[in-house]
Amino acid sequence: MRAVITVIGKDAIGILHKVSGICASHNANVIEVTQSVLQDMFAMIMMVDISSIDSDFTALSDEMAALGNAEGLAIHCMHEDIFNSMHRI
Amino acid sequence: MLNTVDILETIHMIQDECLDIRTITMGISLLDCIDPDIDSACRKVYDKITSRAEHLVRTGEQIEKEYGIPIVHKRISVTPAAMLAAACPQGDPVKLAHALQRAADTCGVNFLGGYSALVHKGFSAGDLALIRSIPQALAETGNVCASVNIGSTRSGINMDAAALMGQIVCEAAQATADRQCIGPAKLVVFCNAVEDNPFMAGAFHGVGEPDCEIHVGVSGPGVVRAAIEKYPDAPLDELADVIKKTAFKITRMGQLVGARASRMLGVPFGIVDLSLAPTPAVGDSVAHILEGMGLEQCGTHGTTAALALLNDAVKKGGVMASSNVGGLSGAFIPVSEDAGMIAAAQAGTLCLEKLEAMTAVCSVGLDMIVVPGDITPETVSAILADEAAIGMVNNKTTAVRLIPAIGKKEGDMLEFGGLLGSGPVMPIGRKSAAKFISRGGRIPAPMHSIKN
Repeated sequence: MRAVITVIGKDAIGILHKVSGICASHNANVIEVTQSVLQDMFAMIMMVDISSIDSDFTALSDEMAALGNAEGLAIHCMHEDIFNSMHRI
Repeated sequence: MLNTVDILETIHMIQDECLDIRTITMGISLLDCIDPDIDSACRKVYDKITSRAEHLVRTGEQIEKEYGIPIVHKRISVTPAAMLAAACPQGDPVKLAHALQRAADTCGVNFLGGYSALVHKGFSAGDLALIRSIPQALAETGNVCASVNIGSTRSGINMDAAALMGQIVCEAAQATADRQCIGPAKLVVFCNAVEDNPFMAGAFHGVGEPDCEIHVGVSGPGVVRAAIEKYPDAPLDELADVIKKTAFKITRMGQLVGARASRMLGVPFGIVDLSLAPTPAVGDSVAHILEGMGLEQCGTHGTTAALALLNDAVKKGGVMASSNVGGLSGAFIPVSEDAGMIAAAQAGTLCLEKLEAMTAVCSVGLDMIVVPGDITPETVSAILADEAAIGMVNNKTTAVRLIPAIGKKEGDMLEFGGLLGSGPVMPIGRKSAAKFISRGGRIPAPMHSIKN
């Protein structure tokens, strides 16, 4: 079971650290990260393994949303099933 | 493997193009709540609904967070209440409406549908009492929705019911005249009503359905419009393909959410209704899809053809995306719930006659149309009969939700708020059909009803 975390917003020090820190605190393993900074815009897509997380997935999702609000970033934390079902036959 | 483009497309659809799941609707049978004592029936109804749907809202919210997609409404549909009223001829059916409202409040759902009667061939026990109680029931409750089926392709049109419903629609408006005439906004008059519709106000849980099940209604006009705009000069067959692919993606989302909700609640998965349901929000309009195809404004000549293309492509794309497609499944054209329709009606481009033509090729009928408060019950009945005739002859569901705006005239507005939106009072024909309506009886079923 995997989840996709996307982060878009103004670049700042420590975004990747904070997002991956929340993942670690829930025992979610980061598998893959694609990241780019265009001018001062930060964009990242992170794939995390959530099969052994030690909390409810919605708790992880809530915490990411709270981080997004606090830092002024658009953070989405979504189960991979939504992308698979929408884009794969 | 997932790729970046797919991930960003999904997020873009949800964030910028108003993609959402319109509703998770739990259908609950109340047949085991029938009781000759109305108070006892009310208790059973309340207990059954609140036990079956106890976790519905919480489950919906959990799925929203898991998949990152908004689920706008959580709703319940129940067995037509007339079947319960039939067992207690001395009881006041409004008590059932209050029991349904209490159950809706306890469960925290947005709407509860099923204050309904199916009278397409005639009235049976309980039907007349329930229908006559609809204006009071809708005035005294907030989230309960009513519907009456007055015709079908197999049985013809019950014109006594059409005549009665004209009066009921007007009475429902008068009973809520101090609240923007909200009563009839919660009342649908059907021909060929479906038993597994998750959309309000016409949802009820048919007798052929299981004891309890989960339906999902998707939305997504904004996504379809955005997809069309990427092909400004494509011929229409290519445009139909674009719509099909988009509808497929939207419906897959509904299938995923429905299957998940069904597993979490331990209730069978019913159907995905793959309707394009607009909201008054900017960018979530079916009218704007039609305008995106090249019409200057919705309602002008060409609108019926554009809508036919849209409706057909939505079905073809959606049907492969779900294991069970049902409900109404097509494009909705509710005037007050669609920013583009409201603008077209205010500009005079969209009139009742054009809407009627559009209903012959879309999934439902004359929906959320505000008419002058001095409309006569006979004229309402005549509009109901016209619309039922389109449904009966074309083998499709048609529905009418007319709101007589008491004390208002053409050009005034009614403001319902929320998903129901706001609607301008539209002009109606002024010649009488009273003699035709007063004849009563039944319009026989068409020749092609004899299929066996």
